[in-house]
Amino acid sequence: MYSAPARLRPLEALPWLLAIAVYFAAPSYLPLGAYVFIMILFTLSLDLVVGYGGIVTLGHSAYFGFGAYTAGILAVRLNGDPLLGLAAAALAAGLLGLATGAVILRTRALTLLMLTLAITSIVLEIASSATALTNGSDGLHSVPVDPVLGRFAFDLFGTTAYFYCLAVVLACWTLVRSLVNSPFGAALVGSRENDARMHAIGAPVYARRLQAYSISCALAGMAGALLTQTTQFAGLSTLGFELSGEGLVMLVLGGVGRLYGAFVGPTVYIVARDYLARQTPEYWYMGIGVLLVLIVLFARGGILGLVDVLVNRLRAKRS
Amino acid sequence: MEAFLSSLVSVAFHGLAYGMILYAISVGLSVTMGLMGFVNLAHGVFAMAGGYLMITLMLAFGLPWLPALLASCLIVAVFSMLLEKALYSRLYAAGELEQVLFTIGLIFIAVAVARLAYGPNPLAAPLPSYLKGQLSLGGRSFPAYRVAVIATSALLIATLWIGLERTRWGAMVRAAVDNRAMAQSVGIDTARLFTLTFALGSGLAALGGALGADLMAMTPTYPFEQLVYFLIVVAIGGLGSLRGPFVGALLIGIGDTACKYWVPELGAFFVYVATIALLLWKPAGLFGRHV
Repeated sequence: MYSAPARLRPLEALPWLLAIAVYFAAPSYLPLGAYVFIMILFTLSLDLVVGYGGIVTLGHSAYFGFGAYTAGILAVRLNGDPLLGLAAAALAAGLLGLATGAVILRTRALTLLMLTLAITSIVLEIASSATALTNGSDGLHSVPVDPVLGRFAFDLFGTTAYFYCLAVVLACWTLVRSLVNSPFGAALVGSRENDARMHAIGAPVYARRLQAYSISCALAGMAGALLTQTTQFAGLSTLGFELSGEGLVMLVLGGVGRLYGAFVGPTVYIVARDYLARQTPEYWYMGIGVLLVLIVLFARGGILGLVDVLVNRLRAKRS
Repeated sequence: MEAFLSSLVSVAFHGLAYGMILYAISVGLSVTMGLMGFVNLAHGVFAMAGGYLMITLMLAFGLPWLPALLASCLIVAVFSMLLEKALYSRLYAAGELEQVLFTIGLIFIAVAVARLAYGPNPLAAPLPSYLKGQLSLGGRSFPAYRVAVIATSALLIATLWIGLERTRWGAMVRAAVDNRAMAQSVGIDTARLFTLTFALGSGLAALGGALGADLMAMTPTYPFEQLVYFLIVVAIGGLGSLRGPFVGALLIGIGDTACKYWVPELGAFFVYVATIALLLWKPAGLFGRHV
């Protein structure tokens, strides 16, 4: 269940090499690719709280949407610089995470789950009724986005968007990776595994969980900002409970609490949806439902868990 | 003053009808969560199944309203019993995340099935003519359908409370909620008790869904849309109790109706804020003992 060791392994370059390969091999899929990166970032933020922190939440889309709207409103009202929008979204979502987390992390189990749902619902209600700022159910259209660093303008083919999102994901991945491998990460995993013992050895369990939660919320907010900037649109669907559910599905599909599950899950999920959902959305929902049930019953580790099992078998045969 | 009084009566009446439906649906969720510690987000699926089944039985098989209502409730109860034996029972010992994901998976499947069978648009329940009119009580007139909803639910609640307080089965359920290991060791067959209770809870949800089909319209995404409300009722009421969700359902039913009547622009905002405030004050809910 534990993640990569602190030292970088050669295999960890694979996702980034693949991302560059996609640019050359399938240039028409760049917009979809950018969307995959955004969902990877969102799932990565979820992995930090759900996988490492053991905090089951159904409300993470609140922070994603809050970041999306922060970036959108800032660009419409003041300044369309993408990096400024990104920073503002991270800060806003992080602060919202700190404020809400301080309240909800005092509870556990069903109460906690319920509170996360209630928070998403409240943010959604506010966004849909504050029409002066958010444009209500129509959403913010044609959000202006300046060139990245004043040089790389967003183009029709999605090249800039692709590499912009890739760079942000890379930066955030570096942060999350070093976090989960640090003593901070160990304390977080400890409180997931047995919080009574963590209390007993004097670890500040609540503070650690709150810190992890706020960081994760900031990351989710950045993912939301990326979505606003690459699609030039921020809508109410970024706040819905469906998105939180989808994030959990992608995470468990890839593998929970192993860092790279957040890369595999969204990629497989979004590419499969792109193929299947175009024809019949009913079968897509059915498929994802059946898949979830099967994963929970037979393959708790997700795709990466299955890979682990295969690799171990091969090694056992060899030796 | 008279206008205010009449709107007050109207809000209380409609809120009561809504609260009764919420209670019928959520009480099963509360009992199964308290009994088995299982986070069953898919509980709304049974309510939806009840509603759709009743409509089908009435339209395709020409059954009258009441028999269709009871039959759909029975079918869903039997079906849920099979589901519990085959799938749910494997996950009682699993973690919270697994249970959440498993039941979200079930919701996805149910949404897909409902869309394939009934299409994406809301379906109205065909009501018999005697439920369509108005009933005058104490100089005011009330819609007959909602009066029937309140009466049926009240009857149901009375039966349920007597069943749980006065019968042997009820004593066994209460014992198992209080202390499962102890109940097992005095010889209660908890596996069988779980199955039966689960079926009862699902059947009640189906009854609530079918009864409320005119208030909460049947759409394929029903289990997702209503989930927040069912969970709120259970969370503020407290797990494993009968009285808790009743108070919770009435609070939410009347509170939600009142907010939507007097301050429609804020929507359900107050309900969520009140829920958060209440859960911070009492994390285990109003009548819950376990956290």
